[in-house]
Amino acid sequence: MKKNWWKIIAVVFVLYTLIAGFLIPVPAQAILHETIRNLYFHVPMWFSMMTILFISVWHSIKYLNKSDIQSDIIATQAAHVGMLAGALGLITGSFWAKYTWGAWWVADTKLNGAAITMLIYLAYFVLRGSIDEEQKRARIAAVYNIFAYVMLLVFLMVLPRMSDSLHPGNGGNPGFNKYDLDSNMRMVFYPAVIGWILFTVWIFTLKVRIEKLKRKNLIDE
Amino acid sequence: MLAKQIKYLILKELKLEMRNKYALGGILLYVVSTIFVSYLSFKKIVTPATWNALFWIILLFASINAIAKSFISETKGKLLYMYTLASPQAVILSKIIYNSLLLLLLSGLCLLTYSLFVGYIIQDLPLFLITLLLGSFGFSSLLTMVSAIASKAGNNFTLMAILSFPIIIPLLMILIKLSKNAIDGLERWDLNYLLVLMFLNVIIVALSYLLFRYLWRD
Repeated sequence: MKKNWWKIIAVVFVLYTLIAGFLIPVPAQAILHETIRNLYFHVPMWFSMMTILFISVWHSIKYLNKSDIQSDIIATQAAHVGMLAGALGLITGSFWAKYTWGAWWVADTKLNGAAITMLIYLAYFVLRGSIDEEQKRARIAAVYNIFAYVMLLVFLMVLPRMSDSLHPGNGGNPGFNKYDLDSNMRMVFYPAVIGWILFTVWIFTLKVRIEKLKRKNLIDE
Repeated sequence: MLAKQIKYLILKELKLEMRNKYALGGILLYVVSTIFVSYLSFKKIVTPATWNALFWIILLFASINAIAKSFISETKGKLLYMYTLASPQAVILSKIIYNSLLLLLLSGLCLLTYSLFVGYIIQDLPLFLITLLLGSFGFSSLLTMVSAIASKAGNNFTLMAILSFPIIIPLLMILIKLSKNAIDGLERWDLNYLLVLMFLNVIIVALSYLLFRYLWRD
């Protein structure tokens, strides 16, 4: 119980997001209308993805320092779960774009950043797949992970600030927290972010445990 | 110590290249024939955006082709011998510098033939040349590192492409933006983009310097 308190918080917050997110009144915005409720689902997905990918890179660095295969397992599984969160973020974002901008996909720095993140991590899995030897695979994948993550940070942090964008929070478009988010929405949004991040971390810890058990079984056989 | 090693390694690369001239000739011919093919299909291009995009795409593919061989062509024994003589940092830095020189040659040739066949529409040549210089250096440092990674994973050319494309995009987008400014001949130079480009170059070289020593050991 002492170790699992955060899982209870995750469940309570996500349930709260699901119920309150659909029931509590939201401000009537011109183009957004009721789709503004997607804020509770779309935005936390990207927060979760960045958190979990940071865990992945952190463990890649740790692997290069200590050469402990456990760190490699953690880095890989974190990248897997990061992809899951990213895919959900893309899907929810795509629906939102369809209803507000009128297209499933528009040319935009933020959207390009999301697509490139997915491409980088898919390339990471292909790289892992093409090396057989365990230690070598772990080392080379760790190097690529660190290299790619830094380039990704540059893309996500620097470029959107240098060009205009349709996406909220860029180039003159109001960010949600500035004008549009009233106190009602804040009451759902912050728990939603914490809830989804904890939820993803939980999935990730489960995946790490499964992977470790698989390896143990292989050794026992 | 490091500078001396780098110097000898670059001389070694040059000597090998001179002994094996057809490899260099092949890559130069690749650029020229790609440009000729695009000339035959496009004739003259007058829209700046299309001119720019095609130029950088040709240069990107030529660079990947030119640099892919930098580690892939080294045999295992030769690499082992090299690592007993020089530090891994010297190896990666010398390869980056050598490949930069190669790409400078390549991009110069690319610009010449491209302007000749497809049309010359650049208004601000100095800015374009600076972009080309920084771009060659950035391409070479990033692709050299990726080629080192790909060479460890079965010398696969496809792998080189899929590993490098997503991470080269930030660099490519800044380059395209800058060279578009040069083509349009805007009054004011956008120092912001030039600074970001230099900053990116420094980051890539620093990362290669730090990470390569984990790569070379087998």
